[in-house]
Amino acid sequence: MSDVVELDARRLLCPLPVIRLQNCINQQAAGARVRITSTDPGSLNDIPTWCRLYGHSVLEIDEGDNEYVFLVEKAEDGS
Amino acid sequence: MNRKAAALISGGLDSMLATRLVQQQGIQVEGINFFTGFCVEGHTHAIRRHGRERHKRNNALWVAEQLGIKLHIVDVIDEYKRVVLNPKHGYGANLNPCLDCKIFMVGKALEWIEANGFDFIITGEVIGQRPMSQRKGTMPIIAQESGAEDRLLRPLCALNLAETLPEREGWVDRAQLKDFTGRSRKPQMALAREFGLEEYAQPSGGCCFLTDESYSVKLRDLWDNRGRREYELDDIMLLKVGRHIRPEQSFKLIIAREQGENNFLHGYRQQYQSIWTSSHPGPLALIEGEPLDEQQLQLAGAITARFSKGRDADEVGLVYSNRDRGQHSIRVKPLSADQIEPDWVLA
Repeated sequence: MSDVVELDARRLLCPLPVIRLQNCINQQAAGARVRITSTDPGSLNDIPTWCRLYGHSVLEIDEGDNEYVFLVEKAEDGS
Repeated sequence: MNRKAAALISGGLDSMLATRLVQQQGIQVEGINFFTGFCVEGHTHAIRRHGRERHKRNNALWVAEQLGIKLHIVDVIDEYKRVVLNPKHGYGANLNPCLDCKIFMVGKALEWIEANGFDFIITGEVIGQRPMSQRKGTMPIIAQESGAEDRLLRPLCALNLAETLPEREGWVDRAQLKDFTGRSRKPQMALAREFGLEEYAQPSGGCCFLTDESYSVKLRDLWDNRGRREYELDDIMLLKVGRHIRPEQSFKLIIAREQGENNFLHGYRQQYQSIWTSSHPGPLALIEGEPLDEQQLQLAGAITARFSKGRDADEVGLVYSNRDRGQHSIRVKPLSADQIEPDWVLA
């Protein structure tokens, strides 16, 4: 399995976690995995929505009390 | 050759309809949404506890999904400062530089389409809808000063404006565009029904905190007391949160109003002095300014205690923290409501 790129978006409010993820994914090759940690509960809607727009896969969502961790895999044609 | 357009997507109905009008003519559209730091979208809902339960969505992303388009969210926080700090066309009723803002955003969209091989720009502007930026006289100013010129198409009011490049070249059929004017929302709502769009964000007085009077008062206060017009992202985020009380020129308290704000302010305790009640349930307050002397600390404590469960007690215990320089306890008598001077309260 390829390495996972870790992104810390804690304390950032919508839409900054999405912007961080977008800018990171844009730098990755197809199939790359990014794990992003957020504290904004809006991320639970926004990150999966953004991923659907581009065909990226949300492989896991770990919903803690105050932190949300998403594992995202870049689409084959997710430019 | 398939033509491509970039649409400025705010998350509201107008940009959604404008995009759909162009999409249905076979144009490939992608959305752009600019994040200035002043966007109302999401923030206060994310901070405050009631928002946690509803998992507030980002409307621009939601609109993009409804339209089936990609959305590029662009961080323009730093570049946008020049718009806020020095707007060529001035401010509206508050600190809203709406005309300069629109020129800036269309200009950024122009850069984007040129870098990405797109042909023109779409906005949801309607003549007469906004007093500052959406008037017949300002439409050409936006097109000219942004540099977009005739590559800027406003599908909702195009029939009231001169032909643009996509219309002239036949990429878009002008006859299928609209002639909306004024502040009435009825034509937009009728068009939404025609498109089968039943759910959309309702207009709620703008999508930018700079149009808000209370927010603008706090931003002016920040500039006045720093002696210079500037801001960082944390500054403008904190203006959205809590009660802002300035009992002396040299310091301001930002007092959480509920648990969600308490949690949010907690994240700033390494950057700001802070004070919180220890003997009674109560709020966390950040202190912006120079380190407090003993008298100022007593006043800050008495104000903070006023907003705690101990407001009617003879004495309330608090903890004062000066970032990484240590913390100590104090005891104060809470101020009564009439001891909080009205001109201390920034709103």
